[in-house]
Amino acid sequence: MSAELKQFEEGFQQEMREGNRGLHYEESLLWEKEYSERSGVDLPQSSGIAVRTGLPERGDIGLPQVSEPQALRHFVRMSTWNYSIDHGFFPLGSCTMKHNPRLNEKAARFAGFSHIHPMQPVSTVQGALELMYELQNWLGTLTGLPGVCLTPSAGAHGELAGLMTIRRAHEVQGNTARKVVLIPDSAHGTNPATAVMCGFTVRNIPTGPDGRLTVEAFKEALYKGDENGADIAGMMVTNPNTCGLFERHIVEIADLLHKAGGYFYCDGANFNALVGRVRPADFGVDVMHINLHKTFSTPHGGGGPGSGPICCTEELAAYMPVPTVVKKGDDYIFETKEDRETSLGTLKAFQGQFGMFVRALSYIMSHGADGLAQVSGDAVLSANYIMAKLSEDYHVPFEGPCMHECLLTDKKQKSFNVTTLDIAKALIEYGYHPMTVYFPLVLSGTMLIEPTETESKDAVDRFIETMRQIAQDAQNKGEAYFHALPQSSPRKRLDEVKAARNPVLKWKAS
Amino acid sequence: MRYLPLSKNAHDEMLEEVGASRIRDLYKDVPSSALLDDIVDMPHHKGEIEVERELSAMAAKNRSAGDGPFFLGAGVYYHHVPASVDYIIQRSEFLTAYTPYQPEIAQGTLQAVFEFQSFIAQLTGQDIANASLYDGSTACVEAALMAMRITKRRKVSIGTPLHPEYRKVLDSYMGNLGDVEIVDGEPDEETACVIVQSPDFLGNPHAYDLWRKRCDETGALLVVVITEIVSLGLLPAPSEADIVCGEAQSIGIPMSYGGPHLGFFACREKFLRQMPGRLCGMTEDADGRRGFVLTLSTREQHIRRDKATSNICTNQGLCALAFTVHMSLLGETGVRQLARLNHEKACALADALEKIKGVEIENKNFFNEFVVSLPKPANQIVDELVTLDIIGGLALDGNRLLVCATEMTRDEDIERLVTALRKVL
Repeated sequence: MSAELKQFEEGFQQEMREGNRGLHYEESLLWEKEYSERSGVDLPQSSGIAVRTGLPERGDIGLPQVSEPQALRHFVRMSTWNYSIDHGFFPLGSCTMKHNPRLNEKAARFAGFSHIHPMQPVSTVQGALELMYELQNWLGTLTGLPGVCLTPSAGAHGELAGLMTIRRAHEVQGNTARKVVLIPDSAHGTNPATAVMCGFTVRNIPTGPDGRLTVEAFKEALYKGDENGADIAGMMVTNPNTCGLFERHIVEIADLLHKAGGYFYCDGANFNALVGRVRPADFGVDVMHINLHKTFSTPHGGGGPGSGPICCTEELAAYMPVPTVVKKGDDYIFETKEDRETSLGTLKAFQGQFGMFVRALSYIMSHGADGLAQVSGDAVLSANYIMAKLSEDYHVPFEGPCMHECLLTDKKQKSFNVTTLDIAKALIEYGYHPMTVYFPLVLSGTMLIEPTETESKDAVDRFIETMRQIAQDAQNKGEAYFHALPQSSPRKRLDEVKAARNPVLKWKAS
Repeated sequence: MRYLPLSKNAHDEMLEEVGASRIRDLYKDVPSSALLDDIVDMPHHKGEIEVERELSAMAAKNRSAGDGPFFLGAGVYYHHVPASVDYIIQRSEFLTAYTPYQPEIAQGTLQAVFEFQSFIAQLTGQDIANASLYDGSTACVEAALMAMRITKRRKVSIGTPLHPEYRKVLDSYMGNLGDVEIVDGEPDEETACVIVQSPDFLGNPHAYDLWRKRCDETGALLVVVITEIVSLGLLPAPSEADIVCGEAQSIGIPMSYGGPHLGFFACREKFLRQMPGRLCGMTEDADGRRGFVLTLSTREQHIRRDKATSNICTNQGLCALAFTVHMSLLGETGVRQLARLNHEKACALADALEKIKGVEIENKNFFNEFVVSLPKPANQIVDELVTLDIIGGLALDGNRLLVCATEMTRDEDIERLVTALRKVL
């Protein structure tokens, strides 16, 4: 940045943080704006009657105040600092950043869906129950697991629901000595955190040299505490795994687990590779969660809301959370804890993230059985294409075919002191959101690329060209060039150490 | 299929590049017993017109709050959401962004989260707030879990009537841990926290000074649960509490049959490192310009794995944004006026109902909902009101009915309810 420009920027930062340069905007916090006499909402006048709250009336809260156009401008300006799937390719591995159809948004806003109350008499919301029933039916069919509970609020919540279902099954069956959950070292961090929340202890399964589980390593973990595996509650496996590979020994592993008396929980984060082509029940899964915000396109919204329904076998359905929708004659009703006493209970107030159910069903109906099979096929094809095209420029640690995402590492670039973080920041400079970096943890410098079925071949080819350019730059331009990236984003690299060392978590008057 | 851009030609070229003759070849690691030969037996794809028609037919079977008189509250509230709120949250840049893990290109989301945290801290009178949790019920559980971590105690007291759905969720989570006791009443020397909902499930607002005193005497933490956040524009801030959490759906978010809603979580600064959920903090970029990042993630599951404070990884990002936009539109005077308006509507409803013979208002005090006792079983009355196209409230035990009014309640709605009750009682 030139000295002149720097001076200019410092000028508006110190004053109002409201300058702009071309289409690059600055925007202050609401509290830094002049307090407006006008609220942005016109409400009817209050009558000023004496309050009947039994408590003194609250005094000044200290909130900011702006009129409607000021408020709108504030958020629109801020929005311009975000990258999104509607801006471009978003190859974030394990996150399934696919197109979010606007029809889904429209449907979720029908008054008959958005302005109904979860405690309304069931006779007045039959359409809502019908929708939930339809979604349960689709998810049950696609997974081959007929017990479906829609209530979990997100993937991690679904995991908790799934593990609690397993815990409850063992409890009801009197198997309280089963305390160990087997988890591969490539798992998402939520898996061990969830197991611990259920009072289980975690035993790791090391990933084999081909990036997949081996039967030997699995057996060793299974029988480590007891020769028959009598201490095993279950296992949590993501399949396809976080290296982007299908666990080719999974059927054998699931058999061994079942023989030892454990249940198979499958993390459904990567279901986009399987939808419409592989039913997890057919490779031994007892219970899994589905991320509606991944496979079924409900928007990520900058970090939620998600939705993580679980699907399980008929056996485990007796223990899964309530409520679920059942059909009785022509009526839809809720099955509650009173109807299913073995259930572990309720994990969230009311019926779940209903607005997400509308969006997911809209997506599913639009694709149909045929379209969903094409979704997984296209996603897998694109990922394999990227892996093939980048295999000369980047280190591909594991032999494919991969599923809907491919794993690379920075091994080749490291010899030029250019790391995965640098490659990610270079992608930002070239106008892309980076892939998932440093995950999974099984190797150093991993980069997990998930294109999804949303991308045209042209878009994928341009991304590949950019990645090749970055590999070239790593050889030719040196580390200093990379360390200064990104240059063109609304902000350059941010000081995360400073943020953590001296936390400033809310606005304070200076 | 309109959402899938890969053409037949593209397929062929890409298959050739990867050395496969058909997509099925790429699934060679999948055991044949697990690979479907054909697509599942469900309906095929449909065009936009057809899907929209089918979904709107389902929606039309539901009686929405705007269709007629509506007096149901009980933790989920029918409030007005300004048009600007929905416009902002539907902008691609917010709607279709991911969690802001790459802060250089996510400052819009991050600054909004920072403003959200600031709003929640101010409203609740607390030092700090997180980036949101799933909903009020799970926020309440997280508060109890956090109090147990801090005090190393395994008992939770319920001080005032807690929302029954929150109670059920608390029971399920604690039952899962196995060794936690949940009791009603005051805290003692073994209590991790006392949970005080205010206004409580029956609509009564509470003062916190005596609860604070009991907590100081016993070493328990004071957890205040708020299910109607609009009340904080009229009732005193629960600044005596150690943790304030609950549901913020009332500001910016439609009822949507129970979700997605917006859990919030605020506490004293000294508990920062025990707090669950995401946090956004202020920092600087390489040029010294102000910016925001997710911070203190060493508490979280992706770093700590089995030692994390919680397994949560998402917040309710877009709902928190809706709240933040609505709050910025309301501003200081709007929040207070909205709260007062809700209270005045509830006063008008109480005055009207009290005039009906045999109907009594149980609450001495209330914010925007209260319990009425009827001369007949409440569930029967609720059903009879439905036949007159009135959603009359929530039937509690016996003859008790919980009713609610908000700024959406019109004088004619109250008149219709009164007329109907006179008819059915």
